[in-house]
Amino acid sequence: MSDASPESGAPQPVLARNCSVDAVVAAVLFAVGAVVVVQARALGAGWTSDGPGSGYFPFYIGLILCIASAGILYQAVASKKRDTGAFVDREQFVRVLSVFVPAIFFVVAITFVGIYIASAVYIAVFMVVLGKYPAWKAALIGVLVSAAFFAMFEVWFRVPLYKGTLDPLAFLGY
Amino acid sequence: MVELNSLLQGFAVVLTPLNIGLMFVGITLGVLIGVLPGLGGANGVAILLPLTFTMSPTSAIVMLSCIYWGALFGGAITSILFNIPGEPWSVATTFDGYPLAQKGQAGQALTAAFTSSFIGALVAVLMITFLAPMVAKFALRFGAPEFFAVYLLTFCSFVGMGKGSPFKILVSMALGFALAAVGMDTVTGQLRMTFGQAELMRGFDFLIAVIGLFGIGEILLSMEEGLAFSGKAARINPKVVWETWKLLPRFWVTSVRSSLVGIWMGITPGGATPASFMSYGLAKKMSRNGAKFGTGELEGVVAPETAAHAAGTSALLPMLALGIPGSPTAAVLLGGLLIWGLQPGPLLFVEQKDFVWGLIASMYLGNIAGLIVVLTTVPLFASILRIPFSIIAPVIIVICAIGAYTVHSAMLDVWFMLGFGVVGYLFKKLDYPLAPLVLALVLGDKAEDSFRQSMLVSQGDVLIMWSNPLVGSITTLALLLLLWPLISKLVARVRRPKAVDPVLAEQPVD
Repeated sequence: MSDASPESGAPQPVLARNCSVDAVVAAVLFAVGAVVVVQARALGAGWTSDGPGSGYFPFYIGLILCIASAGILYQAVASKKRDTGAFVDREQFVRVLSVFVPAIFFVVAITFVGIYIASAVYIAVFMVVLGKYPAWKAALIGVLVSAAFFAMFEVWFRVPLYKGTLDPLAFLGY
Repeated sequence: MVELNSLLQGFAVVLTPLNIGLMFVGITLGVLIGVLPGLGGANGVAILLPLTFTMSPTSAIVMLSCIYWGALFGGAITSILFNIPGEPWSVATTFDGYPLAQKGQAGQALTAAFTSSFIGALVAVLMITFLAPMVAKFALRFGAPEFFAVYLLTFCSFVGMGKGSPFKILVSMALGFALAAVGMDTVTGQLRMTFGQAELMRGFDFLIAVIGLFGIGEILLSMEEGLAFSGKAARINPKVVWETWKLLPRFWVTSVRSSLVGIWMGITPGGATPASFMSYGLAKKMSRNGAKFGTGELEGVVAPETAAHAAGTSALLPMLALGIPGSPTAAVLLGGLLIWGLQPGPLLFVEQKDFVWGLIASMYLGNIAGLIVVLTTVPLFASILRIPFSIIAPVIIVICAIGAYTVHSAMLDVWFMLGFGVVGYLFKKLDYPLAPLVLALVLGDKAEDSFRQSMLVSQGDVLIMWSNPLVGSITTLALLLLLWPLISKLVARVRRPKAVDPVLAEQPVD
């Protein structure tokens, strides 16, 4: 996805074009299909003594996946009608990453400190960094939202959520 | 009139204070979900599903189906007031709804949208009441080959009736089936494609996929566009409602036509989005005011809303009668049935009478409750969209993470959710349809079982799919739909191509 070819006068450099992303995704899907076919063959894609083997159905599914993604790959690379429109420009990509990367950190944080604390911190940080809110307001909303979820899940519906390996909320007794 | 009797019994089951309360809770949550970006009918129901595990199945389905009705109603609010379709099926509503709001007639547009939604749903529920038991009775005679033929028909009609590249529809479907195959094989007990990972034994839960694909994917998409909401004020008072209601009977032809389009597209897995576009296109072509469509015609709001709601409702017919959902949201509800220990399919009508008729009765009541709720609370929901995106986005991601975790109380699922979010973002941008993936993931094991059983019966002979007229005609129809993109290309080569309606060109791949 590195064929960034900024057109002269374009306000934002285009990071990727539709056809190139399309081709990469199709190639990945083809690989997935190939893995499915190989795995299915290993499991027994043929007829066993008591009927069709475990790999019988997945084998054909993998085959369809391979053929169809090969078709997309062909259309994206070789077809005259391929879509060279912009997939994403730099500003958009930065915006998407500004949501996605913190989301990854959020999930990492959950594994250690649990959903409630991670959520409060995540919402607060998001509000301060992307929303330019004053820290006290962000912290207040983060804690309130988290507390609401705590009341709803732990107290009301009695569905325990993940407390994290460190379990910093153990003192609450839930 | 056995059906009417059963229906009255259903009303008796549903009409308890608890269920009516849950109905209003469900509708309110549903409208909220429909209004918020990143939360829609399918993933909203998926996230709330674990909360219903402890309820009785009837109460649970009443609440969840009401969330669905609420989401169907709610999509119109953002379309009309903000020109932002909250759901894909309300894209067509923006064409005339937003111009009406700009002219200061938002109240009229909203009233027309809600009322036609209600009428579309009502017609569809009437159809379900009388048709579903018949279909179920008919399907009781189905064997494995017939069921596989119906599954085949379901998936082939995605290819035949879908918009966009047939290759992409096939890929989306095959990916769903492949993900469904991961884990323990139900027949032989062998582990498939787990790569030695014990956590993969459980396989991929479609609820996680739905939350990731529709929830996280949608948030990433909304973020990319850099949302800045600028909405019109909504004022609905009884006078506006009454005045609009007096106008609506004029459009009865459009309403009837749209309901029929919706019902047809809902039963076949065409879905609400194509239904709303098709109905808008037809109304534009056939109405006397067709030329003025797009500048704020009430009829242009009536047509897509009626069809979308009729389609959304009738998608439940194949789910109830055959165990085959007609839309992603119906698929999630079907997953709910399985979790509550009910086996969807024709036997449901025999073994779980109370549940089925309770559900059908709740469709009538839920839509009435929905109409009341949306007509009275629109300003409240419109104000929710004025909450800045930098607060809404993290809260929705937190909700999605909680929803994904509660399905199996597994952290790995939360990671999968993020992964599916990326897939959802890429697929949406590259025009891969998501519905076939979700449906294949839900139906994967059942379709495979019926395929294997058929093959066992025939000792591997594919011709069993033509062994009697019934299964033969379903299979032939399915193959015809599968090859439809090719056939229509050939036809287009012989005949001169028609110009594509610019309205239909805006239809999103759903």
